[in-house]
Amino acid sequence: MLIIEDLHVTIGEREVLKGINLEIADNETFILFGPNGSGKTTLLMTLMGFGNYEITKGRILFREKDITHAAIYDRARLGIGMSFQRPPTIHGLKTRHLVSMCGQGREVPVEELAKRVNMETFLDRDINSGFSGGEIKRSELLQLMAQQPHLLLFDEPESGVDLENMKLIGNTVRELLTGAASPQPDKSMKELKELKARRRTSGLIITHTGYILEYINADRGQVLYDGHLCCEANPRDILDHISKYGYQECVRCLK
Amino acid sequence: MKDINLDAFSFSGMNRGEIPDLNSLDAADKTEMLMSGVDVSGKGRSGTYLQIDHGKVHCRASQPGVEILDIKEALAKYDGLPGYFWTQVDRDKDEYTRAAAENLHGGYFIRTEKGARIADPVQSCLFLKSDMVGQNVHNVVIVEEDSELHIITGCSVAHGSKGAAHLGISEFFVKKNAKLTFTMIHNWAETTVVRPRTGGIVEEGGVFLNNYVLLKPVHDLQSYPAITLAGRGAVARFNSVIVAPKGSKVDSGSKILLNAPDTRGEIISRTIASGGTIIARGYIGGHSVPARGHLECKGLILGGGVIHAIPELLGARDGVELSHEAAVGKIAQEEIEYLMARGMDEEEATSTIVRGFLNVDIMGLPAELKEVIDRTIQETEKDMF
Repeated sequence: MLIIEDLHVTIGEREVLKGINLEIADNETFILFGPNGSGKTTLLMTLMGFGNYEITKGRILFREKDITHAAIYDRARLGIGMSFQRPPTIHGLKTRHLVSMCGQGREVPVEELAKRVNMETFLDRDINSGFSGGEIKRSELLQLMAQQPHLLLFDEPESGVDLENMKLIGNTVRELLTGAASPQPDKSMKELKELKARRRTSGLIITHTGYILEYINADRGQVLYDGHLCCEANPRDILDHISKYGYQECVRCLK
Repeated sequence: MKDINLDAFSFSGMNRGEIPDLNSLDAADKTEMLMSGVDVSGKGRSGTYLQIDHGKVHCRASQPGVEILDIKEALAKYDGLPGYFWTQVDRDKDEYTRAAAENLHGGYFIRTEKGARIADPVQSCLFLKSDMVGQNVHNVVIVEEDSELHIITGCSVAHGSKGAAHLGISEFFVKKNAKLTFTMIHNWAETTVVRPRTGGIVEEGGVFLNNYVLLKPVHDLQSYPAITLAGRGAVARFNSVIVAPKGSKVDSGSKILLNAPDTRGEIISRTIASGGTIIARGYIGGHSVPARGHLECKGLILGGGVIHAIPELLGARDGVELSHEAAVGKIAQEEIEYLMARGMDEEEATSTIVRGFLNVDIMGLPAELKEVIDRTIQETEKDMF
């Protein structure tokens, strides 16, 4: 799905990513840990192709295509979808309108999707205008549901979200990642497995608290520390370790 | 301020007489009128007033509770409209008011009956058809106690006009607990000069909502309606959407005086300079308490031009609450990238943001008029980026 090779990224004068190598396979969900300022968000923003992130070395392959210098919308159309932490308010642009445009030509059952994330009453409001933390997350998920990306980039799904919303958000993220492969009464495990194999959706998720791990099947995890990836392990083990010892281990490991 | 040479325009002799059936108008004229919100079929309207050049050609009320007259007839019928005529605008304000006072061509007089809630809007159009015509109009609108009215007024000019001047006096009277929505759509040409002079008064519990849309080029326009909230609990709100393409000079603003307790005033303007010049004014004066006012003027410069935002607040009493928010600039890159991350290319993203910026949903217009405006915005957009 995604191959990142020796990626170096600078913001302004400062090098933030210092040689990232990462591969995410089809249907794999990868969890990225790391302290504040380590470059996690930069990695996501670079993958999406935002302007302020300059790639000085290395390359990014997405589904066998080199997208290192592709435009944001080309990446979106190829199937990368991102949930924004702090999306901008766009006055006069109704949530309904934006969600339907996320379909990129496909018909989007806006009402039906909105119902699944409790966003029906927001459809006629300007996008992100006065939305709370949880509402922003649900709105982002709603857009991603319409977009149906192959690779889901999610920056801290749990930030600013209360417990009740966390459950809804967690379950929705799982559905996005597994697609039709969520347990369904009329499908056997085998059928679901086949469906999943066809759908091919992967995830790259940043988390601090790890709450999201209770809802999704995270396959692998790694710590990003000072622009370097290290400590590959099972995400739960990484989380346990960090909650006990912090990120000191990474400092030692990277020396 | 001697900024327009009125001698260049002809202020007499262009009367056309009555046109009983507006469907008989030129197709081109009808199109121009439609773009300023006036539907000649009169469908979904409670009345129509149409003036072409120097005289009324059509004046009809089709629903009970509202009276529509040519201003000259109203002056004759109501003894010169004492207490109304020239009370909200100073006759000696400038050469344009004097011109309208000395040589009145027409204009509408619209009055509701007490307690009448007029469901459909009254439409009016002041049309400039002849080349180099100068038009003096004087409009008076009286919304009697407990009544409610929406007026859609389109000012328009014939396609291909070589030049025209429109000088218009408008005076509004919103009585106790009455509500007036006044939507003005200007559809001028590159050669038109426009000098409206507008004032109004809102009594206790009254509401005045003013919508203004200017999307087409105009040579030189200056407009600065002033509304006085004179009674307790009166409310005024101005919403303006203005685009100035290359060659347009637009000096437009609104003024609200909060002269009674519990009054509220709001001025919201969205302007885009796409080559032209805009002065976006706003003034809220707080002279009584409690009173609240908010002014918001936002401007985008897309493809050249100048926007000069002049928001003014005057507080003259302890406890008055006035605020303003002004911004002039470009579309935020962050917004464009957000939409591009959903698959829109840069042009689609920009266009989507501009349409949101110029959005007129808040004005509560009839659906077909909103469609016309949306279409015009789409056409206008082509010159922006």
